[in-house]
Amino acid sequence: MKITLDDQSQVFSQKISGMIGQNIDGCYQCGKCTAGCPIAYTMDPPPHEIIRSVQLGREREALTSHTIWLCASCETCTSRCPKNIDVASVMDALRILAFRQGQTEAEKEISLFHKLFLKVVERFGRVNDLSLIGKYNLLTLNPLRDWRLGKKLFSKGKLKLAAPRVKGVKELQEIIGRIRASQEATP
Amino acid sequence: MKYAYYPGCSLHSTASDYQQSIESVFQKLSIELQEVEDWTCCGASAAHVSDLLLPLVLPAKDLLKVEKMGLEVMAPCAACYNRMRTANFKLRENADLRRRVNQVLQADYRANVRVRHISDVVVNEYGLEAIAGLLEKDLKGIKVVCYYGCLSARPQKIVAFDDPVYPSYLDRLIKTLGGEAIEWPFKTECCGGSFSVSKKEVVLKLTHELLDMAQSLGAEAVVVDCPLCQFNLDFRQEEVEARYGKRFALPVFYFTQLLGISLGLRPDALGLKKLNVDPFPLLERKNIHG
Repeated sequence: MKITLDDQSQVFSQKISGMIGQNIDGCYQCGKCTAGCPIAYTMDPPPHEIIRSVQLGREREALTSHTIWLCASCETCTSRCPKNIDVASVMDALRILAFRQGQTEAEKEISLFHKLFLKVVERFGRVNDLSLIGKYNLLTLNPLRDWRLGKKLFSKGKLKLAAPRVKGVKELQEIIGRIRASQEATP
Repeated sequence: MKYAYYPGCSLHSTASDYQQSIESVFQKLSIELQEVEDWTCCGASAAHVSDLLLPLVLPAKDLLKVEKMGLEVMAPCAACYNRMRTANFKLRENADLRRRVNQVLQADYRANVRVRHISDVVVNEYGLEAIAGLLEKDLKGIKVVCYYGCLSARPQKIVAFDDPVYPSYLDRLIKTLGGEAIEWPFKTECCGGSFSVSKKEVVLKLTHELLDMAQSLGAEAVVVDCPLCQFNLDFRQEEVEARYGKRFALPVFYFTQLLGISLGLRPDALGLKKLNVDPFPLLERKNIHG
């Protein structure tokens, strides 16, 4: 069957290509990325079909999939692709777009965790587990999640109550502010 | 020998035993570590899924500081190591990205700082022969699997300092210490990494496969050099046992802890009591400890 892509359907794949600095037209659906993916067992659709969706311009299908969030960035796919396609970076690009468009429903908890992680880093300069997990548990309505584990970590001196103090945190916040400003200038 | 040292967030919290053992071992080896002043987070798994610039800017900000120190930087965390190497690679390769990152940083970072993984420094730079000359205790009789994980192996052209599919640097170290490193097929499989909290069932499944394979091949412990792998394999181990109805009780050591024991360091200088699965029954059985 011959598939002809109209201009509209090519816009999306060109956008992804621009973001990862690589053309992904070369993917011929061999499925090696899916075969090696440790998380493909619970992905729907599997990774190679996500690449196909991008090629065909099926933006919504790709951005609303569970698959993009379930990618653990282990890079097995990228290292095995016979066409040298950076599959893991495609997953990153799709997540970045999904975040920008607020389409994080498919895996709310995973996307929330990433978001809170960066918030904590922006506030303190470093990760503060207590602050991160506390917020995450509250917002996912599961305040006692892992409390036993937390207690154990605390008793072993592996959880600190005090937030990290980084002198340069203000500088970091200014830098992140400039990233935001640069993105608003070039959407 | 002297390196700039970027511990990363984990080493100050869930991997404080890794930190402790590194301090003790490096002192013993007379490798000087100078911590990067006022370092901030590398962005770990969260930055690269959220933005194009942030995962480059965060490491570059710290690497700029290292550049001024005039040293190579050593990272003990595979995630930090991976993010710093990746940032350097992309900034060297892509002039436009480099310009945008420097604009945001208001600096001129050339991405020339050499980033080294701790195992690369210990095994390849300091060297196994030099280590062999310092050993006080033999790890004879202890059977382990060395687990390398993803982030110091892939992507190969950016981060690997050994065979990316079947590395052997930790195995060679363990053999130097007198222990037995069992060949096994899961050296660079994934543990689920950062999903430990946000998608725990994935981590439980993957760590179950790892622990099950290790045990079935006769391993008595696992040796790692990544704080994420250690946390998942050690602190999630009881949950894995409960879910899959199996008993593993496999201690999960940082390689620096076993190296420290061999160098004659005391358990409390190596954070051994901070491990979740108690390593002392094994060490006593093998007549290794104390």
